[in-house]
Amino acid sequence: MVRDVAIVAVAQMPNVRAETSLNEVEMLMPVLQEVRAKAGLTQDQIGFTCSGSTDYLSGQAFSFVSTLDGVGPWPPIQESHVEMDGAWALYEAWVKLQLGELDTALVYCYGKSAPGPIHEVLSRQLDPYHVAPLWPDAISLAALQARALLDAGKATEADFAEVAARSRRNALDNPNAQLAWDRPAAELLADDPIVDPLRLHDCPPITDGACAVILAAGARARELHERPAWIRGIDHRIEPMALGLRDLTTSVSTELAAAKAGVSDGAVDVVELHAPFSPQELILRRALGVDDHPDVNPSGGALAANPVMVAGLTRIGEVAQRVLDGTAHRGVAHATSGPCLQQNLVCVLEGDR
Amino acid sequence: MTEIELPPALVGKELVRSVRTPARLEYTYTAGAATTRFLTGIAQGRILGERAPGGKVYVPSRGADPQLGLPTSEQVEVSHTGTLTSFCVVNVAFYGQGMEIPYTSGLILLDGSDLPIMHLIQECPVEDVRIGMRVEAVWVDESEYGPTLESIRYFRPNGEPDRTVVQPGAGVTW
Repeated sequence: MVRDVAIVAVAQMPNVRAETSLNEVEMLMPVLQEVRAKAGLTQDQIGFTCSGSTDYLSGQAFSFVSTLDGVGPWPPIQESHVEMDGAWALYEAWVKLQLGELDTALVYCYGKSAPGPIHEVLSRQLDPYHVAPLWPDAISLAALQARALLDAGKATEADFAEVAARSRRNALDNPNAQLAWDRPAAELLADDPIVDPLRLHDCPPITDGACAVILAAGARARELHERPAWIRGIDHRIEPMALGLRDLTTSVSTELAAAKAGVSDGAVDVVELHAPFSPQELILRRALGVDDHPDVNPSGGALAANPVMVAGLTRIGEVAQRVLDGTAHRGVAHATSGPCLQQNLVCVLEGDR
Repeated sequence: MTEIELPPALVGKELVRSVRTPARLEYTYTAGAATTRFLTGIAQGRILGERAPGGKVYVPSRGADPQLGLPTSEQVEVSHTGTLTSFCVVNVAFYGQGMEIPYTSGLILLDGSDLPIMHLIQECPVEDVRIGMRVEAVWVDESEYGPTLESIRYFRPNGEPDRTVVQPGAGVTW
């Protein structure tokens, strides 16, 4: 028996290339205040608080503890943290609310990708014996995946450019986007690759950002919002760590999570995919069964802003906001973690009829 | 367990028992608005705390009051003298230590502050260090002041009578 849990408020900071005047807690605090104000809740009215971030971004051990000061955790609160994208913090909070003891949760995440060499920092999540010592950077790994797609005949470089062009064009309408422009895909193909076959436009920007949502269960959700964004299904699956054990041209973990979350159980109005590199969107579309969907990543997705540890929860927040607004009835959000789409989370959100 | 069959070229070779994979990453640290205000004060020979909306004075402030989750912004200059609220005698050598053991690290609640800072306790035999001891900051030469807590070399006893220290958690009312 699954308890009905909904997102009732979403907030995110405008994404920036580098936040160089505020530290993490100073950067995060306005987002926490905004999301609680939208839900009409103070911290003492929130049952559970869960955050996602990683020390590898700040280069400081237990960096999330000082960021917790921004929540106002006194008197002591029920709190947890995942060393993952905020989408997985949301999953933990959703599970916590399933227990039936608590009715509300605050989920937040933040990430400064700019302080360290992010593409090398991400190599620290790889197999520590056989892969990490080689320091393969994130762009090179994504390029391996892109090359595999091309070699399998499943996509062309023009397909990559179409994704990149549409994402940045969509981002023109997203006030929180970092990178937005309008250039035809054909023009993009004239650029030289930076890591063959990826061109600069196929890669995400480096971004500092933060995002937060409020969850509420059952009747409490209806008290807090007239049109809650109900979580109809949520599931996450992981593939082996060894890149050589995977078919990089497909995403079986996304397919499985999508089936468990019930993506195909109804019409889908909007899709937000966490695809930091343009070829990955093509893989995810197929895995989710939304290959021809007309409204994928209206926010611009991770190609418009890619705050590490945040971009996944932002996808869920973007879909939830459209349901809360009444501009979408049912939507699908996806988050990824690890190299080359290793781990994937799928969330189906739906409003009341 | 099944025996692993090695290819002939590897038979009789010494087994790999460990690998070293050095890792080094460099970061640009953003102190933030509140810490920048604190460090700017230190570079001028002043210790600046920040008062939170609830009335507490934090030294140094990271920018947030953990009681309310609100920004601290009102600057308050605090004393260079304080009370030792806890300490640790370091007897173990470790890489990058830079100190002759044994030595004392202490938490010092500066007069006018509600949050202790950590610093070295010197000019006092380790066996004489005690909670409640009154200590004062010993600064580097003024020409060497910089935006770092190393502008204060250490704290030393100032000879005032000990103060009673309220232990953390005492009198908590939640």
